[in-house]
Amino acid sequence: MLASLKRMLAVFMKEIIQLKNDRLTFAMVVVIPLIQLLLFGYTINTDVRDVPIALVDEAGTSFSRQFIHDLEATQVIRVAAQLAVPDEAAQAVTDGDYSAGLIIPADIERRFYAEAGEPLAQLVVDGSDTVMASALKALAGFPFSPGEVVANQARQGTLAVTLLYNPEQRAALFTVPGLLGVILTMTMTMFTAIAIVRERERGNMELLIATPVKPLELMVGKLVPYMVIGMVQVAIILLLGHWLFDVTVVGSYLLLAFSCLVFVFANLGLGLLISTRAPNQLGAMQMFIFFFLPSILLSGFMFPFVAMPQVAQWLAEVLPMTHFLRVVRGIVLRDAPLTAVSGDLLFLGGFFLLTLGLSLLGFRQKLD
Amino acid sequence: MSDIVIATRGLSRCFGDFVAVDNLSMNIPANTVHGFLGPNGSGKTTAIRMMCGLLDPSEGEVEVLGMQVPAQAAIVRRSVGYMTQRFSMYEDMTVEQNLHFLCRIHGLNASERRNRVTEVMAEYRLGDLSSRAAGPLSGGQKRRLALAGAVLTRPKLLILDEPTSEVDPNTRREMWESFFRIAATGTSILVSTHLMDEAERCHALTIMNQGRKVADGTVADLKTSLNATVVIVSGPDVASITPQFNAAEEVLAAAQSGNELRVILHNDVAQPEQFAQGVAGEQYRAALTDATIEDVFVVVTSEGERD
Ligand SMILES: Nc1ncnc2c1ncn2[C@@H]1O[C@H](COP(=O)(O)OP(=O)(O)O)[C@@H](O)[C@H]1O
Ligand SMILES: [Mg+2]
Repeated sequence: MLASLKRMLAVFMKEIIQLKNDRLTFAMVVVIPLIQLLLFGYTINTDVRDVPIALVDEAGTSFSRQFIHDLEATQVIRVAAQLAVPDEAAQAVTDGDYSAGLIIPADIERRFYAEAGEPLAQLVVDGSDTVMASALKALAGFPFSPGEVVANQARQGTLAVTLLYNPEQRAALFTVPGLLGVILTMTMTMFTAIAIVRERERGNMELLIATPVKPLELMVGKLVPYMVIGMVQVAIILLLGHWLFDVTVVGSYLLLAFSCLVFVFANLGLGLLISTRAPNQLGAMQMFIFFFLPSILLSGFMFPFVAMPQVAQWLAEVLPMTHFLRVVRGIVLRDAPLTAVSGDLLFLGGFFLLTLGLSLLGFRQKLD
Repeated sequence: MSDIVIATRGLSRCFGDFVAVDNLSMNIPANTVHGFLGPNGSGKTTAIRMMCGLLDPSEGEVEVLGMQVPAQAAIVRRSVGYMTQRFSMYEDMTVEQNLHFLCRIHGLNASERRNRVTEVMAEYRLGDLSSRAAGPLSGGQKRRLALAGAVLTRPKLLILDEPTSEVDPNTRREMWESFFRIAATGTSILVSTHLMDEAERCHALTIMNQGRKVADGTVADLKTSLNATVVIVSGPDVASITPQFNAAEEVLAAAQSGNELRVILHNDVAQPEQFAQGVAGEQYRAALTDATIEDVFVVVTSEGERD
């Protein structure tokens, strides 16, 4: 037992030394999270223009018309249809005909001059597109000052925006946890995918398997350094997310860290499995990409999970990333407790054990 | 059993249709430097890998230090030092880091480790290289490092696969001296080579050709039991008479070295000197000489080809 631990430690320290010597890999550990976070984090804030909306103008006064005109002048929205009653507008949004419905009440002018600061009108937004929704949400602070009143007396809180499907919705809140999944999948799986096949390709395996080291010791010794790296990446992403995009974790940090750890292991297990099966490093990379693309496309990171075809959803269910995104979004956005995410965490834990087991079965201490 | 360190019986290994090692049976006694001689591709590395448990035999059995391989390979590995033909240490780690890694894998504690690493680095002149990466080292330096790694845990059995390839003559001599030093401490050594002068230094040899064992025994026995005699023919232009020798039935092989022609004749030639003189002509002189391992090698491999 002690001898076994010593051998694990030997492999562990060897991996650390090699990582330290490999500047490129070492840099990737920090640079990949950084670049991806900046890239995705900022591109989601692109300008949204001319979103078609349905209008219900119950006032029909010159005041309401000026209000609509000023709102259109922001270039964010464009009135594409006039409807009669508010329910029609909501239905149109639900049906997906329009991205939002603008409902102007009959007493808009009274509301404007009232002391209480009531919202003047309501914008009902389809929340499933996060980028668009956050742009429309920004209209809430739209400063409106009709020509008749004293200049410079802009009024804040003109519009009460109600997001039907995701009231807390903010794009960064949605994307940054997703990036956590993408970055961990990418780095963890990729690093371990070449970990064993590289030793074979470079001829080190002949030395290694002629020593008393056992397969499990070899694998654990190789995994642990990457586990540490994975958790460092988690810290980097969360810190940057908080600092650059103001993403704060609503839920428990401890649960979040634990979930990330389980997910890191799931990816390391998969990487090892690839590494024991791939014929060479290039083959390992190809197998990695074969797995990585669906992880990005099907997991709900890019496209809403529920909007995908049934077959794609089934496929997505076997990807660790799908489960991790549910867990991490739950914790970061909704303060989900352990009980709410335990099913997905169990899947991730099982995935790790399965891949590790298959790796051990596939790894023979032989040269052929 | 303790006086035989490696025993193989009917050992074979195929790669597809190709038979790399064919029905090899050999016994290597303890406390010897045993040579494994054969040209490139004769199956030495494949046989060695089966002895180390790195390849499974297609047929036959291997016993190392009295234990079955591959069944008990895990235990055998603790007592065997193996130096691979291809450099297999970590090229991106330093000399010292590589040696420490091997010590750790073998469970040496910190002080043992430091002492032992210092010791082997001194023994194999690696001290000045200790913090250099292994990758860019010269061929000879890499070989010394690999040998240091193989002897690190003072194994009972050392298996060295062409340890002196890419090594300069001085280092080669130095390495062979160290083999005998190690053997004197009670370690048995199996060393593969395709060089005749190295084979000549071994206690005993197994000679391989095309996957098959073609001869084995002590160096002296191999020479005396040779079914041939060796004659040296010297004279003005030995190149011009070489074809005549090669054409003669009685001649197993004839090869020029300098101004001499080394002729290996069948044992059934009654008067080898006179015979050679006859073929060569008046201007040449023929004299009997002792057989070398190279002569043995030439004879046994040509016999193999005739079957
Ligand atoms: N893994 C392998 N796959 C296919 N052929 C192999 C493999 N290893 C060795 N061989 C073949 O087996 C023969 C013997 O090789 P080897 O044992 O390396 O010889 P030696 O060490 O005497 O030079 C060679 O012809 C080689 O090409
Ligand atoms: Mg070889």
